[in-house]
Amino acid sequence: MEFAINAGNITKTFGNRTVLDGIDLKIPKGEIFGLLGPSGAGKTTLIKILTGQLRADGGISSINGKSSTALTGDDHRRFGIMMDDFGIYERMNCYENLKIFARIYGIDDSCIKTALEKVGLWKSAKTPAKKLSKGMKGRLRLARAFMTDPDILFLDEPTSGLDPTAADEIHKIILSDKAKGKTIFLTTHTMTEAEKLCGHVALLNEGKIVEYGTPAEICRRYDHCRKFRIHMRDGSDLELPHTTDSAVQISELIGSGRMETIHTTEPDLETVFMELTGKELSA
Amino acid sequence: MRNIKAIFLKQLSDTLKNKMVLLQFLMFPVVVIVMENSVDLEGMPEHFFVKLFAVMFVGMAPLTSMSSMIAEEKEKNTLRVLMMSNVKPAEYLAGVGAYVFLMCMAGTAVFAVVGGYEGKELAVFIGAMTAGILLSMITGAVIGIWSKDQMTATSITYPVMIVFSFVPMLSMFNDTIKKAAQIVYSQQISEIINCIGTADIKPVSIVVLAAELAAVMMMFAYVYRRRGLE
Repeated sequence: MEFAINAGNITKTFGNRTVLDGIDLKIPKGEIFGLLGPSGAGKTTLIKILTGQLRADGGISSINGKSSTALTGDDHRRFGIMMDDFGIYERMNCYENLKIFARIYGIDDSCIKTALEKVGLWKSAKTPAKKLSKGMKGRLRLARAFMTDPDILFLDEPTSGLDPTAADEIHKIILSDKAKGKTIFLTTHTMTEAEKLCGHVALLNEGKIVEYGTPAEICRRYDHCRKFRIHMRDGSDLELPHTTDSAVQISELIGSGRMETIHTTEPDLETVFMELTGKELSA
Repeated sequence: MRNIKAIFLKQLSDTLKNKMVLLQFLMFPVVVIVMENSVDLEGMPEHFFVKLFAVMFVGMAPLTSMSSMIAEEKEKNTLRVLMMSNVKPAEYLAGVGAYVFLMCMAGTAVFAVVGGYEGKELAVFIGAMTAGILLSMITGAVIGIWSKDQMTATSITYPVMIVFSFVPMLSMFNDTIKKAAQIVYSQQISEIINCIGTADIKPVSIVVLAAELAAVMMMFAYVYRRRGLE
């Protein structure tokens, strides 16, 4: 299998704080990979190391077989990066914002139209960035990452702070790029986003990958987290673990006629993360 | 070279929409045209306003525009995007610097025309203005690089700008200030401009300008090494 992104034993510390501690990743070409973790888990730091913006203290990483520390301008053109905190030139319009980067990359202006059309901003091409909504600004950042038609996309919290409709539009764009064979490295703290988009995910906590696999695999591994949710006739709710003792208790409740409904809840990535770390993913 | 050109054109496009920076470049050239054509007092030295405002322009426009442009890009994280698009710090500074320099030289051309300088006088005027603009630009870049955001940059820039812009004017009225101002480069620019057509440039002016250029270059190197561009 060909890997687009490779990382081996990446470590990084800032002062006394270990941000990344022995990160190993192999991301196959053409996959959407999701790195999940709460704010401050080290997701952005890892993207910076992978894309050569930051030097790791230890370990090796490569993109398309080339070391992250040896990436050149031509290599940078082959991957698009969208970081949550990336700035936009507020006084300039959407077209002018992308024009700067078309000049830097030495690409034709037709790419600007293609990128703006792709994210649904072509009709707002002449709108100053300061007049765009938060969702539109997110799409403009995304358009900037798409401009060079890169093989690999690094998207750092691409839907952070967006309403569900705007987030859904971005999801569609990401999935359409995946269909074209592009590799997408996505960081998020939204488990539904990861479950919807990603082939494989890694759960990052305090600089360590605490779980790795497909969302379904991971959830299966934590099947013991499955629970019974019981709604009682008196309006109260009861949650019981998936155990033999619970079965006995449920049997008694059925016999007494106090139970109105019962259903089982499958563990999702949020539940798994809670089980592993005791923390909420969206914290 | 492509990246420098891209930064230059970006700055041109952005500044046309940035009234605060645009004002820095236009204010003194416009004011000098108005004043030279509307005020003519008895006993006033020839082209008094050209000499006065040219020095204020040197002390203000390059310094404030450089510091505010760099600080704004740092604060709004656009500089980071440029760095990640493979624009090297030196290319960014060259692009922004080239833009500020050309805008200031356009202003200098206005002063030169209004002042009626020709031949050797014109060369001396342009030379003095160029030296002053470069010194102010590097000082502005030092402040911009040092500052984390625009507010910090503004709070440092304004006192520095007031010293470089207004000290030469104040030294006209007070001998103590004039003596103290000898170490300020804008005072030396003022003295060179005031010598044009009447006396030779004093060697001390060249020495002060060279020493201050060396000093701000060292400060630039120190600050850049400490803070970098991000």
